[in-house]
Amino acid sequence: MSAEVERLNERMHRATSRMGRTVVHAGELLRHSVYTRVVHWAVAIFFILALLSGFAIFTPWLYAWLAPLFGSGPRTRLLHPWFGLIFCAAFLLMLFNWLQPMNWNESDRRWLRRMREYATNEEKMEPEDVGKFNAGQKLWFRAIVVAAIVFLITGFIMWWPEIFGRVLMWISYFLHDVAALVMLGGFIIHIYEGTAQQPGTFRAMTRGTVTDRWAWTHHPAWYREVTGRDPRADYERAAQRQEERQRMLAAWEREQDARERQTESRPPGPA
Amino acid sequence: MLDTERTLQIKAISGHPGSVPGSHAKREVEVAKYIDVTTCIGCKACEVACVEWNDHPFRETTFDNTYQTMPNTEWNYYNLIRFNEHQRDDGTLQWLMRKDQCMHCADPGCLRACPADGAIVQYTNGIVDFNQENCIGCQYCVSGCPFNIPKFNQATKKVYKCTLCSDRVGQGLEPACIKSCPTGCLHFGTKEEMKAMAEGRARQLREHSGFANAGVWDPPSIQGTHVIYVLHDITKPELYGGLPAEPHIPVVYTWWKFALKPLSLLTVFLGMFAVFFHYIFYGPKRAQPEPPVIEEESHVSRS
Repeated sequence: MSAEVERLNERMHRATSRMGRTVVHAGELLRHSVYTRVVHWAVAIFFILALLSGFAIFTPWLYAWLAPLFGSGPRTRLLHPWFGLIFCAAFLLMLFNWLQPMNWNESDRRWLRRMREYATNEEKMEPEDVGKFNAGQKLWFRAIVVAAIVFLITGFIMWWPEIFGRVLMWISYFLHDVAALVMLGGFIIHIYEGTAQQPGTFRAMTRGTVTDRWAWTHHPAWYREVTGRDPRADYERAAQRQEERQRMLAAWEREQDARERQTESRPPGPA
Repeated sequence: MLDTERTLQIKAISGHPGSVPGSHAKREVEVAKYIDVTTCIGCKACEVACVEWNDHPFRETTFDNTYQTMPNTEWNYYNLIRFNEHQRDDGTLQWLMRKDQCMHCADPGCLRACPADGAIVQYTNGIVDFNQENCIGCQYCVSGCPFNIPKFNQATKKVYKCTLCSDRVGQGLEPACIKSCPTGCLHFGTKEEMKAMAEGRARQLREHSGFANAGVWDPPSIQGTHVIYVLHDITKPELYGGLPAEPHIPVVYTWWKFALKPLSLLTVFLGMFAVFFHYIFYGPKRAQPEPPVIEEESHVSRS
C-alpha cells in the first residue's frame, strides 16, 4: 500500500514539476513543491466552492446572497455534491502526499500542552522539536480526514434520498452539518494562521518558498532536516548580527546628527 | 408569484429570513377537508378528478392484488384511495378505504425542512402549497413529512404534492376531489364547521351504528391538520394504510433547524470575531529575529 502511494506521489511530483517550477533564492528554503501546491489549491478551491454552495442551502439568511453565485438555487443544489466530490478526491491526493510529514509523534504531545503559549505569542520561537508541520496543523489535517469521510458518506446518502430512505436521511442531514461546523471552525483558524497571524507563510503555498528566518522560527526541526544546520545557532548568529548592525547604524546616525548640528551652528556666510 | 398568492394570504414561507409579507393583513378562515371513511365506496372518482383538474397524464401502475390504483401517491398522482382488508377479532372482515393525500398540517414538517426561500408556503387558510419555481430539488421535505407525501420528479428535479386545489379555493371553489364525490363522504368548508360535522358523524357512528370507537382524526401532535378523517376505530388509525396515530416531525429536524444551524452561524461569527481580535490583542508572530522592540504598551503608559 505505502509503496504504491509513494510511487503515485513520485509520479505526480514528476508530472507537475514539468509544468511548473519553484525558484529558491538565497536566504530561502523550498517549502512546498509544485505538486503539493497544486493539490492544496485544488482542495482549497473546491472546499470554498462547496462551503459557499453548502451555506446557501444551509441557512435562509445566506440563501439569497450565495445561491446567485452559482446561477440559482436549483443549480447550487446541483453543483454542491460535485464540488464536494472533487474536494474529497483532491484531498485524497493530499492525504497520500502528506502521510509521512503528518505522522503524529512525541513532540506533538508536548506541543499540545503548550498550546496556550503558542496562541498568545508568549513564545516567539517554536520549540526545537517542531518539524515540518506542528501538532495544530496535524490536528487540522486529521479533522479534515474525519470530516471528509463523514461528508462523503452522508453526502452520497443525501444525493439519492429515494434509495436510502427517511431514517438515513435524518441522520445524514445532522452529521453532514456537524462535520461542516467542525470544518468551519478549523477553516477560519487555518486561514488566519496562514495569512495575518504568521507573516511569510502564505508565500509557501504560492511561490513555494519561505525564508530561512521563517523556517527556524516556526519549524526548527524541519529547518535542521533540510539544511543540516542548527536552527538555534543560526538564529543566535542572525540575532547577534542584527544587534551589531543596529549598533553600527545607531553610531552612524549619531555621527550624522553631530555633523548636521555643526553646519547649522555656523553663521550664514555672505550671499 | 403564485396565482394563489393573489387570492390567499400567506402565513409561513419556507427558507425565508425575516417577516412574512402581508401576513394576517386580511381575515381568512381556516379551511379543511373532512373525509368520512365510513361512507367511502372506493369508486376513485376523486382520483380521476384530481388527475383531470391538475392536467396530469395517467401513469402506469403496478397491480398488488388489491383495488388500490398504485402502491403510493406519486408526483403526478396526489390523491390515492388506500384499500385495506382488516380481519376483526370476531373473525369478520372489514374493508377499509381511506383517501390518502397531503394532510396540510398546521405545523408542516416539509416547510420546516425546506431550505429554499419560498418553495413551500403556508396560507392562513391552512393550505400548504409547493411553489415549484422556487424548489431546488433537495428533497429535504420528503423526509421531513410525517406522512411521506411529497414526491420527487426525476425529470424536472422538483417535488410535487396535493395543493388542496389552492387555485380553486382561492376563487371560492371547493377542491376537485370534493366536487366529484358521489356518496358525500368528502366535505369541504371551514375547519370549525368540518370539525363539528365530523364530531357529529362520529357520535352517530358510536351511538347508532355500533362503532363504539368511532372518532375524529385531527392529530394534535402536529397542531392539527386541514384534512380530517372520521374513522370507524380511532384507536387504530394504522389499519387504514398506515395512518399514524401521533404523527411527528422527526425530532432531528428540530435540533438541526433550531440548534445546529444557529450554532454554526454563531461559530462563523464568533470565529471571525475571535481571530480578528486575536490579531488586535496579540498581533502577528513574526520570523525571528524581529526588529528590536523600542517601546511596549503596558498598564502604566497608555497612548
